[in-house]
Amino acid sequence: MTASNETAAIVKQFILAEFLPGEDPAELTPSTPLITTGILDSIATLKLVAFLEETFGISIAAHEADVEHLNTLADIAHLVDSKRGG
Amino acid sequence: MAADSALHDLLERSAARPEQVAVEEADGSRISCGELVRLSNRVRDRLRAVGVHPGDRVGLWLRKSIDTVAAIFGILKAGAAYVPVDPTAPPARNGYIFANCAVRAAIIEHRFAAALAGELQQAGHQPRLLLLDGAGGGRSLARCLDDLQAASPAPEVPSARPAAEDLAYILYTSGSTGRPKGVMLSHRNATSFVDWCSTTFAPAANERFSAHAPFHFDLSVLDIFLPIKHGATLVLIGEELGKDPVQLARFIAEARITSWYSAPSILSLLVQRGRLQDHDFEPLRRVLFAGEVFPIGHLNRLRHAWPHCAYYNLYGPTETNVCTFFALPAQIEDDRLDPYPIGRVCAQLTGLVIDEQGRTVAAGADGELCIAGPHVMQGYWGQPEQTERAFHVTPDGRRWYKTGDIVALDGQGDFAYLGRRDRMIKKRGYRVELDEIEACLYRHAAIHEAAVVALPHDELGQLVKAHLALRGADRMSIIQLKRFCAEHLPTYMIPDQFAFHAALPKTSTGKTDYQQLKQLG
Repeated sequence: MTASNETAAIVKQFILAEFLPGEDPAELTPSTPLITTGILDSIATLKLVAFLEETFGISIAAHEADVEHLNTLADIAHLVDSKRGG
Repeated sequence: MAADSALHDLLERSAARPEQVAVEEADGSRISCGELVRLSNRVRDRLRAVGVHPGDRVGLWLRKSIDTVAAIFGILKAGAAYVPVDPTAPPARNGYIFANCAVRAAIIEHRFAAALAGELQQAGHQPRLLLLDGAGGGRSLARCLDDLQAASPAPEVPSARPAAEDLAYILYTSGSTGRPKGVMLSHRNATSFVDWCSTTFAPAANERFSAHAPFHFDLSVLDIFLPIKHGATLVLIGEELGKDPVQLARFIAEARITSWYSAPSILSLLVQRGRLQDHDFEPLRRVLFAGEVFPIGHLNRLRHAWPHCAYYNLYGPTETNVCTFFALPAQIEDDRLDPYPIGRVCAQLTGLVIDEQGRTVAAGADGELCIAGPHVMQGYWGQPEQTERAFHVTPDGRRWYKTGDIVALDGQGDFAYLGRRDRMIKKRGYRVELDEIEACLYRHAAIHEAAVVALPHDELGQLVKAHLALRGADRMSIIQLKRFCAEHLPTYMIPDQFAFHAALPKTSTGKTDYQQLKQLG
């Protein structure tokens, strides 16, 4: 498993458990939009950022906590991995 | 006080201080009064050159920026009404709005152009599009104008002299019929409101006003025009910064904001998560809030964090702009349990409280608040019947806008807000018609029955829950449902939760039993 896949798998588990209880995991793909669909509202986004910072030991700036960086699992994994040195 | 006849005259007043910073963005970009006058004049000239005439509408689909402020003044100077849309809303909704009020032209960011063109083609409406390569610092707008000027020079034309009752802008709000409706507001509606703000708040020229609300939201009218009128500075707060409490708290302190205006929800979030104790808010002197009830616990905590500020609760639907206000007492009331009242009717307006038969109620009795006077809208664009239903006409011929809000006069002569008479709610200060969400859900082929209810929620204010009965299935993917809603509704209207039923509960008369659904939680 590549780093990115592993990161995406951890984030996927968190999002399913926290924000999508009962959802079929197959529906949450790397390209599912999360912010523009309201799956992550502003408070959920804050919780996600706190989770990412704690789990991966990284720091996410305000301008990164946006739709451009966090809208899909692929975007999130990319952001996290870029901060962990790839 | 003599009212300015045109809203854009407020900018010309600032010509006396051409070097003063008129608008600033969070990244430090800024524009002076003199530059804003010149840039908006160029927008005016270009719009006239592409065929915009006084009385037309011009759409705006831009990120909140100096470019947007200059475009707004340019549109007004051309004699047209500006129609701002939510930059984050789906193209289907924004395309509908532009086609609905038949904008003659639209100023939009390039990234939205393809999706909008598709929607407008479907609607059979072809406005002239001014495409910006982005939005920020006024630079994208200037580049767009430069390119057009090089290709075909636009002659300089005088600014329009609109009549006071000519339209200045149209703000679209959630509509119970399943489509957004356009609230038509005139130059007098806006200037009368801005004049009231001048009298009530007496702003100084060295002040720095926050602009937190999006420009398609009526709070932006105060944000944009009051500081411009007084030669003060307008500090734009973008969407991402505007919802991040930690960064926003730091920004308010570092940008030395003196006057804050927003819906209570972000202030609640600032108190709970913004680490306010880490910063110095000494310059802040005034906190205005509007759009929904401010939970008293959060409000009191905010006042302990910012004890030196004056606090005002402003109330009014988009149709009346602000129509009542309440200045909070200087003393913080820690043992208070009820929210503060919405207060007294603004000086140049008149209020009336009526029962369901349209009779004036006795002082202190519950009833619907109705408002007449110069802040009150002309009506809904292209909806004469809905406009008619929105007004209560007294035997003297006076037209009163029916707010839909149930109020009662308290012992001090202030109106207390008691609730709604229909199915509209406020979420993060936005108006949401639960019926519009239901109408969206019914467009999905798999949905047999849909009923949407709002439930109180500590952090969200209101939680929107959709109860569904499906055709030939017990449940469906929440992701699929949310994606479907996102094609038709702005994000804040997408239901937070879904529940599935074999059939929705019914009352004895066969109607959906909303009370029972609410009790399910």
